[in-house]
Amino acid sequence: MSADANDGISRRGFLAISAATLGGVMLAPGIRLIEIAGARAPATGVSKQVRWGLLIDTNKCTPGCDDCVKACATENGLKDTGHPRTDPQWIRKVELKDMRTGRASSVPVMCQHCEHPPCVDVCPTGASFKRADGIVLVDRHICIGCRYCIMACPYKARSIVFEAITDQNPDVPRGNGCAEGCTLCVHRVDRDEQPACVEACTKAGHNAMTFGDLNDPQSEIAQRVAKYASTQIRADLKLNPGVRYQGL
Amino acid sequence: MKRKGIGALISQIARAICLLALLLPVLAFASDRVPKPVIDIDKAGKCVEDTATMRREHPDMLKHQRDSTMHEGIRTTKYSLKACVACHASKTSGSVLGEKGFCQSCHAYASVTIDCFRCHSSKPKRTSGVTP
Ligand code: SF4
Ligand code: SF4
Repeated sequence: MSADANDGISRRGFLAISAATLGGVMLAPGIRLIEIAGARAPATGVSKQVRWGLLIDTNKCTPGCDDCVKACATENGLKDTGHPRTDPQWIRKVELKDMRTGRASSVPVMCQHCEHPPCVDVCPTGASFKRADGIVLVDRHICIGCRYCIMACPYKARSIVFEAITDQNPDVPRGNGCAEGCTLCVHRVDRDEQPACVEACTKAGHNAMTFGDLNDPQSEIAQRVAKYASTQIRADLKLNPGVRYQGL
Repeated sequence: MKRKGIGALISQIARAICLLALLLPVLAFASDRVPKPVIDIDKAGKCVEDTATMRREHPDMLKHQRDSTMHEGIRTTKYSLKACVACHASKTSGSVLGEKGFCQSCHAYASVTIDCFRCHSSKPKRTSGVTP
């Protein structure tokens, strides 16, 4: 092992390396140890050892900035149909102001990927479901468009598609008559990438969003939530969302 | 002896007629009497399985893969619809739909509705080039 590859070596990463070497598997150069710990073979299903989460630092989120919203629309093919009241909305910026102190904050709100999701409880068909790794999705093959989930979600995170859609992103199938909401960019997560909003926020230098595995003590998000105070929106509902907010 | 001969002749004729009736559709299909689907097949040759299996079983393959992808995040490409589209989209229209499109031409011929493309893209991802 060269010295630079040793950067950030952890006991866990070291064990993973020894196991890999013992198994006769060659490690490609440039793969960071932490990624090996998180990577999943393409033919194995998602596991409940992982809990994907998002931490949003409202102190860093700039009022008026909608880089995340734009990135989401581009990635998932959400187009303006000229009917803003009924267009699906996966992520939106909410501006808050404490009337007593005058402190204003601006926060992106999307599906909170609840551990106990009411959208799943009310769905009559089983279309609304939670993946083992905590991502809440709509299986459009099963959804009948009854909109129960839209009514049940306390975060207004679900929309229905009212108009026929063409030219979808091949990774993000969407269509008329189905409920939908933020998927945490599950198609990107499954290839070990970050959700598009997080990537855009980081790229623009705001660094207000952190995505990662809340169950992995080595991950940045787990270390942040362990160190800094963070809250969940409407924590009183005890849905245990995977999306947490810092500085609210 | 004579009666037996007539009986045998009649049964032989009957058998010939039956055989002809059975063969008719095949013969008709082999000749050009029945219209066949006109399909743009840009990439002929081996698919992920042999042609007969693909013709018969592609709906089951797709349905099986769809459930494991959706619910378990298994995104292997062997039986994925995205991979079908990536390979079979027409070079001219860029799509598997359209009159001669790989999917639509045959489905229209067989009178089977394809719902897939109400949600799924009928074209390959643009960033990966025109014909990936
Ligand atoms: S935020 Fe709404 S849509 Fe998302 S998991 Fe919770 S209840 Fe379901
Ligand atoms: S709209 Fe679809 S996902 Fe939502 S509750 Fe009805 S069937 Fe389930």
